[in-house]
Amino acid sequence: MDKTELPWNNPVVEANASAPAARLGQYAQPPLRNFGSIDPYNRISREAKDMIPPPFEYQAPTSVSEALALLGKNPEAKVLAGGQSLIPLMRFRLASPAMLVDLNRIGDLAYIKEGEGWLRIGAMTRESDLDQSDLIAKKYPLLADTTHVVADPLVRNLSTLGGNLAHADPANDHPATMIAYRAQIVATGPKGERTIPASEFFKGPFETALAPNELLTEIRIPAPGKGSGGAYVKMERKVGDFATAAVAVQVSLAKDGTLERVGIALTNVGLVPIQASAAEKALTGKKPDDAVLRQAADLAAKAAKPESDARGSEEYKRALVKTLTVRALRKAVARAQGG
Amino acid sequence: MAAVAIQGLGHPRKRVEDARFIRGKGNYIDDMKLPGMLQVDIVRSPYAHAKIKAIRTDKALAVPGVLAVITGETLKQYNVHNMPTLMSDTQMVLPLDTVKYQFQEVAAVLGTDRYTAADGVAAVEVDYEPLPVVVDPFKALEPGAPKVRDDKESNHIWHWEWGDRAAADKAFDAAEVTVKENIYIPRIHVASIETCGCVAQWNATEGHLTLYMTTQAPHAIRTVVALITGHLGLSEEKIRIVSPDIGGGFGGKVPAYPGYVIAVALSIVTGAPVKWIEDRTENMAADSFGRDYHISAELAGKKDGTLTALRFKTIADHGYTDAAANPSKMPAGLFHIATGSYDFKNAFVEVDGVYTNKPPGGIAYRCSFRVTEAVHTIERMADLMAHEVGLDPADFRMKNFIKPEQFPYKSALGWEYDSGNYAGALQKAMDMVGYKELRKEQAEKRKRGEFMGIGISSFTEIVGAGPSKDFDILGLKMFDSCEIRVHPTGKAIARFGTKSQGQGHETTYAQILAEELGIPADHIKIEEGDTDTAPYGLGTYASRSTPTAGAAAAMAARKVRAKAKKIAAHLLEAAEEDLQWEQGKFFVKGSPDRAKTIQEIAFAAYTNHPQGMEAGLEAVSYYDPPNLTFPFGSYICVVDIDRGTGEVKVRRFVAVDDCGVRINPMIVEGQIHGGLAMGFAPALMEEISYDENGNIHGSNFTDYLLPTAVETPKWETGETVTPSPHHPIGAKGVGESATVGAPAAIANAVVDALWHLGVRHVDIPITPPKVWALLKEHGAALEE
Amino acid sequence: MSTHHIQVKVNGAVKAAEVESRLLLVHFLRESLNLTGTHIGCDTTSCGACTVLWNGRAVKSCTLFAVQADGAELRTVEGLAQDGKLHPIQVGFHEKHGLQCGFCTPGMMMASVALLEANPKPTEDEIRWGLSGNLCRCTGYVNIVKAVQQAAEQMQG
Repeated sequence: MDKTELPWNNPVVEANASAPAARLGQYAQPPLRNFGSIDPYNRISREAKDMIPPPFEYQAPTSVSEALALLGKNPEAKVLAGGQSLIPLMRFRLASPAMLVDLNRIGDLAYIKEGEGWLRIGAMTRESDLDQSDLIAKKYPLLADTTHVVADPLVRNLSTLGGNLAHADPANDHPATMIAYRAQIVATGPKGERTIPASEFFKGPFETALAPNELLTEIRIPAPGKGSGGAYVKMERKVGDFATAAVAVQVSLAKDGTLERVGIALTNVGLVPIQASAAEKALTGKKPDDAVLRQAADLAAKAAKPESDARGSEEYKRALVKTLTVRALRKAVARAQGG
Repeated sequence: MAAVAIQGLGHPRKRVEDARFIRGKGNYIDDMKLPGMLQVDIVRSPYAHAKIKAIRTDKALAVPGVLAVITGETLKQYNVHNMPTLMSDTQMVLPLDTVKYQFQEVAAVLGTDRYTAADGVAAVEVDYEPLPVVVDPFKALEPGAPKVRDDKESNHIWHWEWGDRAAADKAFDAAEVTVKENIYIPRIHVASIETCGCVAQWNATEGHLTLYMTTQAPHAIRTVVALITGHLGLSEEKIRIVSPDIGGGFGGKVPAYPGYVIAVALSIVTGAPVKWIEDRTENMAADSFGRDYHISAELAGKKDGTLTALRFKTIADHGYTDAAANPSKMPAGLFHIATGSYDFKNAFVEVDGVYTNKPPGGIAYRCSFRVTEAVHTIERMADLMAHEVGLDPADFRMKNFIKPEQFPYKSALGWEYDSGNYAGALQKAMDMVGYKELRKEQAEKRKRGEFMGIGISSFTEIVGAGPSKDFDILGLKMFDSCEIRVHPTGKAIARFGTKSQGQGHETTYAQILAEELGIPADHIKIEEGDTDTAPYGLGTYASRSTPTAGAAAAMAARKVRAKAKKIAAHLLEAAEEDLQWEQGKFFVKGSPDRAKTIQEIAFAAYTNHPQGMEAGLEAVSYYDPPNLTFPFGSYICVVDIDRGTGEVKVRRFVAVDDCGVRINPMIVEGQIHGGLAMGFAPALMEEISYDENGNIHGSNFTDYLLPTAVETPKWETGETVTPSPHHPIGAKGVGESATVGAPAAIANAVVDALWHLGVRHVDIPITPPKVWALLKEHGAALEE
Repeated sequence: MSTHHIQVKVNGAVKAAEVESRLLLVHFLRESLNLTGTHIGCDTTSCGACTVLWNGRAVKSCTLFAVQADGAELRTVEGLAQDGKLHPIQVGFHEKHGLQCGFCTPGMMMASVALLEANPKPTEDEIRWGLSGNLCRCTGYVNIVKAVQQAAEQMQG
């Protein structure tokens, strides 16, 4: 059909065509690396409406070097990992990358290996593979807890650990867990690899320490020694929801039963995951009795920077951090004492 | 050959419709594909109230595959830019110059497929000048509030009242005890998993429109379309509405939405079939909502706990236009069922409708016209009064229930309740849940600082609208219909004016006919949803299919049987009065061997019918119910409260339902399970809210929280059976009872858990932050 | 705009097509292959009506591009019955009244099949957890759980 055949195609309302567009960013396409303008707590911009992604170029490299070359040549490219956050954003046209570099065909980015004091996880390892790993279930309860409550079981079949971290949504679950673990994040760029401590990786909402021409390729978690344990306790409104607040705790006990090492980090109570350093410090060297744990939880709550939104008031979330910290600490300590 | 089972009333017959659904062969609207079909997508407003200064379409028209962009001005040329609502208000199809709520339709883009149409929508540029917004109905009523409607005097739509105000006031003045509470029943959305949509197919040669659409009421829609477009020459015989398989309705697919009209207009102009399918955001943010009632409720009683009077005053937020789906004479639906299961001598209710800058609506959310609002309020208030006079909520209810011997019972608000045994249902629920033991456990736990609550809801519903003297929609009386044709070989087809959206009509209607005619249900084909073939009816909503069309099935079958008797008399050479009916055959009294089966009679109706009688074996019934039906039940919910997080965990939920005679117990049970889930959801999770600028919160499934299998409690169900005395088979309707009754049981359980702290009420949805705030306020929050 | 040649195995049959890079897998299945049993219920990867098996994993086909499926093996609801014989999960949903409007049913069944293939003897809580990526508005889930339990028993033989 030719559009000129249609009587309605004569311009209908053409008043004041030169006026600056007063529209909101209804169909605006914010650059991918700058999500600061979107309220991350509302998840989807209220004005967005369009369920079909805009056009883009698609490339599926089969090696990391090929992927890096593509990223180097195309600064507007965006990396596609599991796609479970990116594709919905594209469907709402809140993200409109000119090119997607799909990592799913790079075979050697999905693995779970332990050795030389580290658990090494390939960036493209899917949540469901973490969830089903016996090694993780046995030795890494904090990671097992976390991966079990990311989104829902079907999303976990595609979403990846690397994607969860690189997307740097303050509501994502793994960032706090990696901070509590003192994990290292491996970035591979044109000049080779560098490692970034998890605590320095998250720069802002949807912003990381990765350079545009770098890929997150591996996550390294220090292998816990004897007497270690961890827990992730998340408050969510339903399965699949982002956390109202969540707390990641990793501890190891000295032979005398005192806390030797303590990692505590908080999810979705700030623009980035928050390391509760004062709480960690207050616990180190102490016997983990309930009074001590409560005191530390107080400090964790003080470290939180929540904002009031549909998930609850600032006051509620702060109180929640305290409750969840105590519960996570109790669970982590019990696991450390048991193992 | 083994005889085929009849599978009549009470048989847990497996569903006929499953065969296609489990194979992925259902025929839902978006599955339709017609040659040359185009797709329309809609530009929507980011503002809740704004002047449209300019709509620039050049960039959109430049998108390859985009064929047209239309606006209100375009539709105005044909005078279809506005349409009437079911409450005879006016709704814009596309605006001429202002938008009145966020996500309102602004323009429509026609493309060759959904991708190009979407690209076109993204390229339409609209300049808006924001105008003052009013989202709070109380503020909307204040002098000087921004006016929502330019064509109306004020934001006040209507005032409606029912009952004897003076008598109620007098009873309150004389009362020994009164209780009062403000109860908000928030805006929610049915959120059926399938959104709305249509395919409009205009045949220019014949001047005929076929509209395939997601509608619960195809016949009424045909008449509405004819009324809207009659001036364009599209008269009713040239319109065929087909309602294909529907992926859940719950009331949301009763109204006509602008998208349907836009698709029709575009099909007529292009001559091509045009498809419109909502995405989820459009569905949630622009389609009709449910509830949004602000109720100020009062009860009066004696010190011994006897209830004496009720007064409810309500502000109803209808959004920018009154697009409620109610019987025409009842702007607040059946809210005057508010006296519930209790024997009130005096009652008075009043409701004021208000315009705000929100989407229009006021449809039911799986409920018969505002019954949930009434039931939730009376059941919350009953608990308040019980606690106030120091009675256990169960004892209080037993004391005030309408007694079985009082039926038929005339309520203070004018209804005639058909039948009931309220105490029987509550006692059964108490036995099932172990009520006394739970109260003991609660007392012990409270001593240890653990909060558990037990909540009761003993609801009475009012469904099956309705008798023609009071019930109509746009003047169309609310009857429903069945047409049955028995074929020469004794098989049959029956068509109905209703439309199943998951209720299983293809299965259960056949069971009613099987029971009445003795023809096996497997030999009876059921059809609905095509206005060219089915008899006229008002459709499926408000739990009306069984009370109206189900009754029509029985009546039509009885007409068939009356003719069959004449034929049998002829075949048996006996007098009609000497024949006796036994399921599936007529025999001569005293000579059971002298019999003719319904199949033999059917054959004779076409091959050997009596001289002077017309051939064939058919009948049609348009059933005008003599009264509504009043299903009831008692639900008991047990909750545990997490004092650290404010989380409410439903530990047990026992539901005893009485919907009269059960046609298919398997399906009835399924309806109750689903209804309970849709009672649980708004009680604890679902809500649509707006900020002061009219920005919606809850426009998709990340914000609007539908429960999954994990959150949803494991329901325990029980039944009592009190047949409806006026329904031909004694059935009452059941699709919505649980949605109506469940929220109050949950809310009552939460308040019961916190009563000792001084908590008297909490509005639904009872979210963790709300509970935590209550705990905090009363010094009971546990920060571990 | 870029287009790509893809080849996928759908319910055992090889299908080749030229697809635009942005074409969502669910639209490819429904509109290019006319496999309309896979439905669309939301825009946010929330409802699971579009669930299919992608190399044996249950995934939401609205959140994958068709081009990503190049070389993949896909199973949809249309591929459940074999040689005219219903899959035990289909029998379970029918016999236990695990569906009403039928719209979530294909996705729910595909998620159930993946669940049972990974965990042949799930507990009730494991079933509920395993299906928590799929929304049903009609059934209240009770009979869905029963349907999966019956299928589990039947698949055990």
